[in-house]
Amino acid sequence: MSKPLISVRGLTKKFGDFTAVAGIDFDVAKGESFGLLGPNGAGKSTTMRILAATSTRTSGTVEILDKDPEQFGPLVRAHLGVVPQQDNLDGELTVSENLYIYGRYFGLSKKFIKGKIEELLEFAQLEEKRDVKVEALSGGMKRRLTIARGLVSEPDILLLDEPTTGLDPQARHILWDRLFRLKEQGVTLVLTTHFMDEAEQLCDRLVVMDNGAIMAEGSPSGLIKQYSSKEVLEVRFGSDRNKEVAPQLATMCERMETLPDRVLMYTEDGEALLEQIMQAKLHPTTSLVRRSSLEDVFLRLTGRTLIE
Amino acid sequence: MNAGIDVPTIQRFGALYIASARLKSMSKWRTIIAAVDIGNPLFYLIAVGIGIGVLVEQGSGTSGTNGIKYIAFIAPALLANTAITGIMDETVFPTIEGFKWRKLFFAQNSTPITGRQIAIGVYLAALCRAIFSVSVYYILLLAFDVVNFGISILLMPIAVLGGGGFGALMLFAAAKIEKEDQFFNILGRLVIMPMFLFSGTFFPLTSMPIYLQPIGWISPLWHATELGREAAFDYGISSTMVIVHLTFLITMLVTGLTLATRQFEKRLAK
Repeated sequence: MSKPLISVRGLTKKFGDFTAVAGIDFDVAKGESFGLLGPNGAGKSTTMRILAATSTRTSGTVEILDKDPEQFGPLVRAHLGVVPQQDNLDGELTVSENLYIYGRYFGLSKKFIKGKIEELLEFAQLEEKRDVKVEALSGGMKRRLTIARGLVSEPDILLLDEPTTGLDPQARHILWDRLFRLKEQGVTLVLTTHFMDEAEQLCDRLVVMDNGAIMAEGSPSGLIKQYSSKEVLEVRFGSDRNKEVAPQLATMCERMETLPDRVLMYTEDGEALLEQIMQAKLHPTTSLVRRSSLEDVFLRLTGRTLIE
Repeated sequence: MNAGIDVPTIQRFGALYIASARLKSMSKWRTIIAAVDIGNPLFYLIAVGIGIGVLVEQGSGTSGTNGIKYIAFIAPALLANTAITGIMDETVFPTIEGFKWRKLFFAQNSTPITGRQIAIGVYLAALCRAIFSVSVYYILLLAFDVVNFGISILLMPIAVLGGGGFGALMLFAAAKIEKEDQFFNILGRLVIMPMFLFSGTFFPLTSMPIYLQPIGWISPLWHATELGREAAFDYGISSTMVIVHLTFLITMLVTGLTLATRQFEKRLAK
């Protein structure tokens, strides 16, 4: 395997007494799409700011393209495209002016940027908005423009912090499509998310983070295989009865999680399990058989759901 | 990466990229800036030149102002004050905006541009604004026959130096503060207003009781005003004092910029 583009060892970041990142290790290979999955406050954004060569670390080592980002900030940043959690576009400028000015910060020639703008407007599906002030764009458009802006310098690595948080489902799907295209083009993506479907869609490999630490690492399907069963049966008996029937249900499956509103039963065959419950005359008010997801992995690892 | 990024060039010229972006933003406000920079001097020249000036000269002639026409006596102060308020507008607001309101500095810092370059870029653009404001004011001073074209041209760089010293400190202060509401209150009421009134603007500083004079001593407005009066009208200030005034303003500028660039780097790296 060739040398990883990003290599992180024992990375720790403290803010006073608070430890935001508690000694994490990971590598990201060229062309890979790598995710940091975890709830809010897991330390994902802090890690991203350190990878973006803008924030300092308390201890540990970080190498991006063989360079320490803390020591060689500008040199490292020259190779990165950064999409922050909160859009920080210049609302007073137009769409194309935003791309142009950002390109100038990389010292790119006017000619190069002009050509690039055409390409990026098409990529971001913003051709018709080129002369519109950014403050007039929708949330989804702003996000796409921020991603386009991050690509103006043709970066080796694109860092995306919560790329679809705050977007409606349709805007999210458009964005995923765009990011998938980048992945196909071989751009190395590093993204944080607290949406398990996003991680499943976009990441080749991911780490599950909680309280600043990495709980598990692997491919989405590998993690599901390792930490969950093939299928999940979700049954509801009404909030009062869920607890009541739980002991009896527990004898029927490998593993079970009792949430306030429903019971999750982990099994290789959901339909068969449901049949068994029916025969025991437990009669859930609703039932659903689905495949295991990263949400189940997270629940298994931390005892909590991702979005609380 | 094949876009042709040349990091050494960015390290050399990054501050200028930021300054040019700031000037582009400012140009969106050009009508307002022009109205303020022309309107303000007009109001002062009319009110003070025709109104208060006549009153002062009726009272004591020009004996209190070393034989200088009253409006000419306060002209260097008005000019320096213009540089100060102009540069304040273009350092304080963009800095709070850049760190807090719109977080533009964080976007700029995600490129090879450094915090230090952002600070200097904002400052350079603010300096351009001060030069513009002062130039407009100077032309109006000529038009109103307050000063004669010639050596009085020195009033402009002196005013800009006064503004530059104050602006450097404001750049630091705006990068340092977290709660801007209080900052604006303190700045407007406890810094700008007293500075304008007690810096020997409307009367020589020495005509105030000694316990009020220190306000002038630490005020960039007083130092710039005294220098301006000496340069334009041979006001009778010793060469030692000229050096003191210059040293004060240059020290303020260098200290302010040093603190500001450090604070920018620190806040961006959090």
